[in-house]
Amino acid sequence: MKQRSIVLLKVVAHAACLAPVIWLLWRLYLTSGPDPNALGPDPTHTVTFFTGRGALRLLVITLAVTPLRKLLPKLAWVIRFRRLLGLYAFFYACLHLMTYVWLYAGFSWSAMVDDISQRRFITAGLTAWLLLVPLALTSTAWSISKLGGKNWNRLHWLTYAAAISGVIHYWWGVKSGVKTPLAITIVLGVLLLARPLLARRQNAKRSAANAVEA
Amino acid sequence: MLIRKPGDIAPSEITPKHDYLNRRAFMRGAAVGAAALAGEHALRGILRPTRVEAADKLATVKSQYSLTTEPLTPYEDITHYNNFYEFGVDKGDPAKYAGTLKTRPWTIKVEGLVSKPQTFDIDTLLKLRPMEERVYRFRCVEAWSMVIPWAGYSLSEFIKLCDPLSTAKYVQFVSLADDKQEKLPWDAGIRWPYLEGLRMDEAMHPLTLLTFGLYGEVLPNQDGAPVRIIVPWKYGFKSPKSIVKVKFVKSQPETTWNDMAPDEYGFYSNVNPNHDHPRWSQKTERRIGAPIWKQRQPTLMFNGYADQVASLYKGMNLDRDY
Repeated sequence: MKQRSIVLLKVVAHAACLAPVIWLLWRLYLTSGPDPNALGPDPTHTVTFFTGRGALRLLVITLAVTPLRKLLPKLAWVIRFRRLLGLYAFFYACLHLMTYVWLYAGFSWSAMVDDISQRRFITAGLTAWLLLVPLALTSTAWSISKLGGKNWNRLHWLTYAAAISGVIHYWWGVKSGVKTPLAITIVLGVLLLARPLLARRQNAKRSAANAVEA
Repeated sequence: MLIRKPGDIAPSEITPKHDYLNRRAFMRGAAVGAAALAGEHALRGILRPTRVEAADKLATVKSQYSLTTEPLTPYEDITHYNNFYEFGVDKGDPAKYAGTLKTRPWTIKVEGLVSKPQTFDIDTLLKLRPMEERVYRFRCVEAWSMVIPWAGYSLSEFIKLCDPLSTAKYVQFVSLADDKQEKLPWDAGIRWPYLEGLRMDEAMHPLTLLTFGLYGEVLPNQDGAPVRIIVPWKYGFKSPKSIVKVKFVKSQPETTWNDMAPDEYGFYSNVNPNHDHPRWSQKTERRIGAPIWKQRQPTLMFNGYADQVASLYKGMNLDRDY
């Protein structure tokens, strides 16, 4: 993949990740006057689910990078997009957290403490966000060199924990019987299973190659 | 920076005329596509489906039970933000799919502990009593609320007509469940038909409304046409839609949400800011139609109808009998 093409693709990727937020901000502006219904009848709910689903989807896409590279070695260059995607996932998660702090808790500490301690779906959600913080902080090349590749990789396995926590947060937050989180759960499940399966395939190939050489 | 001269541009780099002329459509499409990436559900709710057809008018008289202190929720919101799982679990689904509901012919069958079983035609019920406009608060268990101008008369008038026996202590309501008219989706997790119920004194309370209309017109399909019950001091799921059967019974009847998740949805389900749903707080609610920075407001005990209904629950532990 040419460097120039990568740069172009990165611009496109940034645009694609930012477009939904810009659209949301535009809609938010419209509700202040020109079109009060621009965010639907329940704008709090709309914004919350928009940002939450965005965070989960981006996180899942981030987790799909390595399985994709293992399956199609020609696409090895997508690794260069993983940090971008991961940081956008964190960005959406921060927006989602801000929606809760402002619109649900009204900036009240007591309301937040009450929620975090008693509402398990909020505990799960906060956990997911907290797990992403060290990952965002150590996303730079400097961190990778300071921690060493192996430790850095180990730390970033927390992405799985964050994604699982996020999906649990989704299930616990919807009404009983509603199955809307099912799609993303299946996708995450497939990605989690893909890793050990692909690793086994790689090991099998390697031992076959060794056997041939011997 | 090297500014290119026209001769430097390769023919392959020139935007095809068709794409150039349609660039705005393309950008719109791209914007929609990008937004779809983040949430087609959000889109569905926001880009409103086709306008509800103007319905038959209902002449109404004013009622002393109407709320006068809060603004009405816009008709558009009342008719496009619905939980009517028979037509799908998304809030926009009932408006989209309830067109297949046939509201004529329609009857309500009365059974159980009554002097004799009867079947009432909807058109008879429409003429039974003068229609009153009742502006009520409506509070969903999901913590959103509306102020809705319903049209109907007290359920007690209908119950008198049913002539229940003195052994009837509860009344159960059955909603329509017909897969030829409704989607009845599997992912609602509900065993159809939708069932609800009230204690006799709750059903006989003047606030409990046998409801035929909304904003002076017959109920649109997605709001529970052609006839439903409204119990304003309880969470919205206790106000069943599209009623086909009323059964008088001696013990607490089966009700759908209580059946599905008894630790979350009690039989009484009175609006109570002091009793939280196991998974979310009920202390505040989001008023539908309000701008995003003004949506949140405190939940009122019995949804603001404490003066009228608190006496029904005197001596009861509302934390246990939620």
